[in-house]
Amino acid sequence: MSDLTKIKNEFFIKLNRKLNLSELNDIKSNLFGKNGLITSQFKKIGSITENERKKFASDLNILKDELQNLINVKITEIQNAEINEKLEKEKIDITLPERPFVKGKIHPVSQTIDEISSIFSEIGFNVEEGPDVENEYNNFTALNTPDNHPARDMHDTFYLDKKKQKLLRTHTSPVQIRTMLNNKPPFKIIAPGRTYRSDSDQTHSPMFHQVEGLHIDKNINMGHLKGCLEHFIKEFFEVNKIKMRFRPSHFPFTEPSAEVDIGYQFKNGKLKIGEGDQWLEILGCGMVHPNVLKNVKVDPNKFQGYAFGIGIDRLAMLKYGINDLRAFFDSDYRWLNHFGFDPLDVPTNYRGLSR
Amino acid sequence: MKITFDWLKDHLITKEKDTKLLEQLTNIGLEVESVENLSNGLDLFKVAKIIKIERHPNADRLKVCDVSIGNQEILKVVCGANNAREGLITIYAPPGSVIPKTNTKLVVAKIRGVTSYGMLCSESELDLSNESDGIAELSSTKYAKRIGKSFFSKSSSNLIDLSITPNRPDCLGVRGIARDLAASGFGKLKELKEIKIKSKIKQTLNIKINKEKDQGCGVFGSCLISNVKNIESPKWLKDKLISVGQKPISAIVDITNYVMLDINRPLHAYDADKIEKGIIVRNSKEGEEFTALDNKVYKLENGMCVISDYKGILGLGGIIGGTRSSTEFNSKNILLESAYFDPRSIRKTAKKLNLDTDAKFRFERGIDPQSIEAGLNKASILIKEICGGEISKVDIQKLETYKNKIIRFNPFLFEKISGFKISTTQIFKILKDLGFQYKKEKNFIKIIVPSWRPDISQEIDIVEELVRISGYDKIKTIYPTKVRSKSTLTKSQKLFHFLQRAIASKGYLEAITWSFTDSNYNIHFKEKNKEIEIVNPISSDLGVLRNSIFSNLIMSIRKNLDRGFKDLSIFEIGPIFTGSNPGEQNTVVCGLSSGKKSRLSWIEEERNVDVFDVKRDVIQTLVEAGYSYDKFFIDNETPTYYHPGKSGRLFLNSGKDNVAAYFGEIHPNILKKVDVKTESLVGFEIFLDNLKLPRKTLNDQKKQFDVSDFQKSERDFAFIVNKDVKAQDLVNVISSVDNKLISNIKVFDVYEGQNIPENQKSIAISVTIQSNEKTLNDNDLENITNLIIKAVENKTGAKIRS
Repeated sequence: MSDLTKIKNEFFIKLNRKLNLSELNDIKSNLFGKNGLITSQFKKIGSITENERKKFASDLNILKDELQNLINVKITEIQNAEINEKLEKEKIDITLPERPFVKGKIHPVSQTIDEISSIFSEIGFNVEEGPDVENEYNNFTALNTPDNHPARDMHDTFYLDKKKQKLLRTHTSPVQIRTMLNNKPPFKIIAPGRTYRSDSDQTHSPMFHQVEGLHIDKNINMGHLKGCLEHFIKEFFEVNKIKMRFRPSHFPFTEPSAEVDIGYQFKNGKLKIGEGDQWLEILGCGMVHPNVLKNVKVDPNKFQGYAFGIGIDRLAMLKYGINDLRAFFDSDYRWLNHFGFDPLDVPTNYRGLSR
Repeated sequence: MKITFDWLKDHLITKEKDTKLLEQLTNIGLEVESVENLSNGLDLFKVAKIIKIERHPNADRLKVCDVSIGNQEILKVVCGANNAREGLITIYAPPGSVIPKTNTKLVVAKIRGVTSYGMLCSESELDLSNESDGIAELSSTKYAKRIGKSFFSKSSSNLIDLSITPNRPDCLGVRGIARDLAASGFGKLKELKEIKIKSKIKQTLNIKINKEKDQGCGVFGSCLISNVKNIESPKWLKDKLISVGQKPISAIVDITNYVMLDINRPLHAYDADKIEKGIIVRNSKEGEEFTALDNKVYKLENGMCVISDYKGILGLGGIIGGTRSSTEFNSKNILLESAYFDPRSIRKTAKKLNLDTDAKFRFERGIDPQSIEAGLNKASILIKEICGGEISKVDIQKLETYKNKIIRFNPFLFEKISGFKISTTQIFKILKDLGFQYKKEKNFIKIIVPSWRPDISQEIDIVEELVRISGYDKIKTIYPTKVRSKSTLTKSQKLFHFLQRAIASKGYLEAITWSFTDSNYNIHFKEKNKEIEIVNPISSDLGVLRNSIFSNLIMSIRKNLDRGFKDLSIFEIGPIFTGSNPGEQNTVVCGLSSGKKSRLSWIEEERNVDVFDVKRDVIQTLVEAGYSYDKFFIDNETPTYYHPGKSGRLFLNSGKDNVAAYFGEIHPNILKKVDVKTESLVGFEIFLDNLKLPRKTLNDQKKQFDVSDFQKSERDFAFIVNKDVKAQDLVNVISSVDNKLISNIKVFDVYEGQNIPENQKSIAISVTIQSNEKTLNDNDLENITNLIIKAVENKTGAKIRS
């Protein structure tokens, strides 16, 4: 038996035993170390006769590869076994709670304002704002509601001075006045914001939100008003059909004036907008009174158009099934969490207003 | 305004049904607020006769009555009335009926051990009169044959409550409503029978309207009715008033009320014998007093329109009469007043005295000045019919004469405003039906406005009438086109929306709280601002406009802590006020965070929320909004409501602009004062109006994408500095050394204590050095390192720690 065969037989047996890493390393150095068996055999190559040298070298190389492969396979095996053992030990209870993540919410009124803005944006309205504190003129007189007019009784006003010249705006309509005084027609604006009336019960709160709409151009008539509001209500409630009723009413700053009711019914205890034979009043509107246009230096013979005012809180209540108006402003953590919206849920035209 | 269909039919010939009526009223702008079925249950009340009376075995004051309710049916009813006696015909309410006055439903009940099947009613319990002393006594001649029949003769029709808009005083009378209905095609308006007093008797009371500045009374019409016998009203009149929820009082008063409700002509009846010499209509003088019919004494100011005699004030014209001259059942001679009072004067006086009456409500909206005589005629003739007596001639005193209002109306305006067409014939018909007179002229229609329509004075008012009566359903719907020529939001509006959602995305719940607040809370946060008081707050704890959002937000936190929530983050974006003039307000994002992070966590270490939490939220939000982190400058000058050592003030650019934000721990004293119990409370305020709006678009703001692929090196430095030296100062110095080579600077440790001299600290900073042009060799790195050390040591007094 040649030396090579001897080495082969001996080490194949050794390597097929169960080994740990250090035993394997011992074997490895026995073979391939400085004075290892294989290393020694390579040193012998020079002293072998030329006839045999070629074959010997070839055999030795083959043996070397075989042994090395075998050792590598063994090493991988051992390493895998060790890793597996380690992983097995690392096993955890995956049902334990995840790391805490806290996300905030957007108040339903803010969400509703964004929805409204999105709808009106698409049909060419831009958003205007005005101050919460107004003067008497912008809030009343300019809006054709002179002092000693009974219509003022409809607004329980908070005043900031005894002379009643400064007040908290009772509606968003003074933004109409400010916008028209500071710019030239045409106007096509909405103005959402806080409004105030000294009234507090189940359905009234001293602060609430309105959105004002104003469209003034050369030939804007009541048909445009009707169409605009119908479009808005359909889009807002995300329904295809809406039952809507325009009925005559009176506001000093519009003429003719109308109130708009929408049809609703209760289906399985839930309010359904757009169907049914019950009527729900949701907004007031009309053609801007010529006196108002004159007050803001717009010629009523050349320009005309409509205005409307909608209660935002009420719209939010209807759309999202919220019962108590006062809860809007109570900052109850549970309520904010329940009715609030994910800040990533930005209402847009293309992906719809709500999920 | 309350009406019934029956009453409407006094003025309107129609075959339409009830339900159609409600719809039509709404369609023409007379909004139906509610409909009440008064007949509901009223037919249960029966005329009944007491057959026998026994004493109640257990109560001295109660009687047990055998009551005949017709059909030979006899029931036992317990009754406590003194006037209950055998043979009395009265009104019986069976179990199940609802007593109108108290709105209580009767049940079979044991009263002190005796079962009572229903009850016998007083007039007041049935809202028939104020008579509550004893049960109703019905005349046996009239009611003997009606025992067992319903007391309320015919089932009254539905009570319809209309919400009449302030521009339509004419519809505060049934006739006005009937006229509108008729014009809209709902039947035909009955002609008014012209009734006129034919009398030769002179009105002997002298009446005078003083010619004074701001005299509130323009016309004062009157007549005397002498030798009347004021009695209870006849049944038809009582029924009529009851049908609209009014309480009958006496014939004279009931008649004036009836005329007022029927044709919106308020009248006032005086006991003429109580008037001293004559009537003077004049302005009041300051300090004058009188007792009004509501039994209150009113002290008047100068210039209120009063009706007085030679002794003093009798009443406030058009608002309320006085007790001194009021009519009673024994009044013999009546002076009936029918006047015109100026709406503004009425309103001013009523507001000053805080008085609200039916007459005031009508006069301030405008009463038909031409209805003075019609009212006197109608009422005095009724009084004569019911109470007897003699009517005098009508006396009219006036300072002003009514002039017709004339409008030149261009019919084209109708289509221009409404968007639809109607024929001229239709226009004429509507005008005529509403009582307008008109004449066609070249391009106009000349229109004379009826005197009962103070709301109509210009062309647009005519358009409204025409659209209203034609029907709003005729308006064509013109859908909007989806065109946008202007951006929807301005830059600052976009920023508002962005910050709102950016803060919410950092774990804060958005709250909306009042713009007003409790001055006791506001005082902690107002700093040098004025307190802005509301003159008429809804309650004293909402008495001032907020100078800071914190006052309301901290109350919200406290409420939620009380509910048992400990770790809260809430914010609000909205106005704070710096003065009471329009525009003296700023928009602020304000947030509060309480309690701990990772409370009761099995995996993370629990800790209090701290100033660096809010600092991160503020900075991250501003960076997201597009502001450059590298330019931020922070110091510790903050308002007094923050912890002086653990709070910061942030500028977007050092020294160049207004405060962008404050953040920090809330001062512990404030927590004590407002009684907030939490481990930690931190907050922030971002001032929107102080954030400079980027002039460029986001696209322009982005720098060219320029990164280096040459090798980067990191060098760590530890500097020993005086305690008051700020990390920001070191970072600023380092970044100014060579902004081409220094690409990142990070503070990674702060240490005080062992091995560091007292009053000093060690700050460890890692600096990333990288060139855009080449790989730096050891020499280059050595140079820059030395430059950094030298700069820091020179400029901050630091020493490199070796």
